[in-house]
Amino acid sequence: MLRAERLAAQRGGVTLFASVEFALGPGEALIVTGANGSGKTTLLRIVAGLTQPHAGRLSWRSAPVAAFDHALRSATLYIGHAAALKDDFTAEENLLSLATLHGAAPARESVREALAQWSLGHHDGVTARVLSQGQRRRIALARMNFARRRLWVLDEPATALDASGVETLEKRVNAHLAGQGIAVIATHQPLAITSGAMRSLEL
Amino acid sequence: MSVTVTSFDEVGDQPRDSSAWKGFAWSIARDLRLAFRSRAELGVLILFYVIVVTLFPLAVGADIALLRALGPGVLWVAALLASLLSLPRIFAADFADGSLEQLALSTQPLPALISGKIAAHWISTGLPLVLVSPLLGAQFGLTAGEGWLLALGLLIGTPTLSLLGAIGAALTLGLRAGGGLLALLILPLYVPILIFGAGSIEAARAGLGASAQLSLLAAVLLATVVGAPIAATAAVRIALD
Amino acid sequence: MSSIAWFKLASPASFFPLARRLVPWFGAAAAVLATIGLWVGLLVAPTDAQQGDAYRIIFIHVPAAWMSMFIYLVMAFWCAVSLTFNTRLAAMLAQALAPTGAMFTFLALVTGAMWGRPAWGTYWAWDARMTSELILLFLYFGYMALRNAIDDPRRADRASAVLALVGVVNVPIIYFSVKWWNTLHQGASVSLTSAPTMAAPMLAGMLVMAFAAWFYAIAIVLLRVQAIIVEREKNANWIGDLVPRTR
Repeated sequence: MLRAERLAAQRGGVTLFASVEFALGPGEALIVTGANGSGKTTLLRIVAGLTQPHAGRLSWRSAPVAAFDHALRSATLYIGHAAALKDDFTAEENLLSLATLHGAAPARESVREALAQWSLGHHDGVTARVLSQGQRRRIALARMNFARRRLWVLDEPATALDASGVETLEKRVNAHLAGQGIAVIATHQPLAITSGAMRSLEL
Repeated sequence: MSVTVTSFDEVGDQPRDSSAWKGFAWSIARDLRLAFRSRAELGVLILFYVIVVTLFPLAVGADIALLRALGPGVLWVAALLASLLSLPRIFAADFADGSLEQLALSTQPLPALISGKIAAHWISTGLPLVLVSPLLGAQFGLTAGEGWLLALGLLIGTPTLSLLGAIGAALTLGLRAGGGLLALLILPLYVPILIFGAGSIEAARAGLGASAQLSLLAAVLLATVVGAPIAATAAVRIALD
Repeated sequence: MSSIAWFKLASPASFFPLARRLVPWFGAAAAVLATIGLWVGLLVAPTDAQQGDAYRIIFIHVPAAWMSMFIYLVMAFWCAVSLTFNTRLAAMLAQALAPTGAMFTFLALVTGAMWGRPAWGTYWAWDARMTSELILLFLYFGYMALRNAIDDPRRADRASAVLALVGVVNVPIIYFSVKWWNTLHQGASVSLTSAPTMAAPMLAGMLVMAFAAWFYAIAIVLLRVQAIIVEREKNANWIGDLVPRTR
């Protein structure tokens, strides 16, 4: 479903990577590893459709896609480095807002339930500004509960997460793969992907 | 914890028009709520307007005839500058915290989302200017009728300022050069609005009636409402690249 | 020309030698035409009854003003091409055009002021055309400043292209509004275009100078685009072949 052919990217005249190739079908995950600055984020942004590659081609469902392609956008959930949280909103408001943006229309109850699943239950009423990095990351990841998108592109999702957070993340990703979803994940630390096939790519 | 994913949203699940309205509604509601939570910042913007306007009598003297002649121009120029100052608010915060990426990747059309943001921006920054301006006009010896005309002109003109300014704000996202560059890019585009707006009061004073200028302002607004979100969308995507 | 030939030309590598070959021809043509134009303008055209010899500055002023507007249109055209086809060369051409356009605008403003002094007694009369020229200069500066402020060349290409297109759409509106403003405030104002009734030699002189300016612009833009190509493509293989020749 997702195919990359000879992808290349540059930043400031320096070539980050060239000739990256992979093909992923339903239920498959690609784990991207590499040193800092090796272009993992750039590759994920290309896959999510935010950036145009310098060379090469990305195809979704056998059709080549350029940046911001509508078909790719409607199938993708992208969780990048930045948590996309508004400091002036509470955790609940943030999650509700983002879930609505992704096309879901969750009731307040389901939002609270999702926050509880991610161990954020007792932080009602505080704005995101005062939350820790780990808590902010959990809110960002909690979007997984609502977005029914086939392709998940996650850039270092386990950053700042404690053990229980990583466990919840792994559960979610595995469930997604078991349900025939696809995932492209950049990560420094190993994640236990048990369902579906796992490919790896080192930049 | 049972987690079952049953089906995925695919393209075509939602009709295009409804998603445009949904997008507009989502972003205007969100941005207005955020603006309300940082309303102190917005108060500062109105104070800036008042202070700039106050500088002119201090500079040219308190001769009321002179102030009457200068008044419309001063009030309009100060409104332009206040609007310019507020422009980074449209996109900068969302750009910094990653929300803008999510907007660009959502299925709702980006022009609709951006239109919502611009509308919220105008309501929170332009509309207060409109409401305050007749009071300041009185300081410059504007009659009641002229005060209404000033407010009406600003009411039609300030949305255009927000729309055009959004293009500039999107083009300069994340650049060091920031404010000065934005002014250089946007102020030439503001010139027609300034001319028609301030000119409407001059025309009324000359007995010609202000309807021509106001109609032109309205026409420019309509054209900008159609064109600016598209240009701003292109600019946002370029900035995210 | 077949479409294939055009696309081949669209790469900086193939355009570069063509630009190099064309520069001397256009430069020579510009020099010849300028000589003829100035001869007509300074010597052949009759002295004006009202303005004496001072009016002769229009032989530079009017062509400069025409070029300033024409180049902005051409620049906007190449910006549109670069956005539509995502090509680098079109963006490089736009980048090369801007400084020349700004130069002509500045020249038009300065010569307009020089003409204004003897003709109307003041260097700057805030008439519609000069004020519009001034705003056009700001538009050029805005384009160049935005390019300059963005480090990544591709983002600079695309952002400044959007700006140029927004500008070109606004130019008629700006001009119209300034004209309106001018008539409202100055009544039947004197316009610097209400020049002496155009005697044939005067018109001929201006046209020749206009062509001279046009060829000059082409020559200088082709020269500049070569420098831009070399600077932006410096990592490409074919650049190395140039080195022996530049010694």
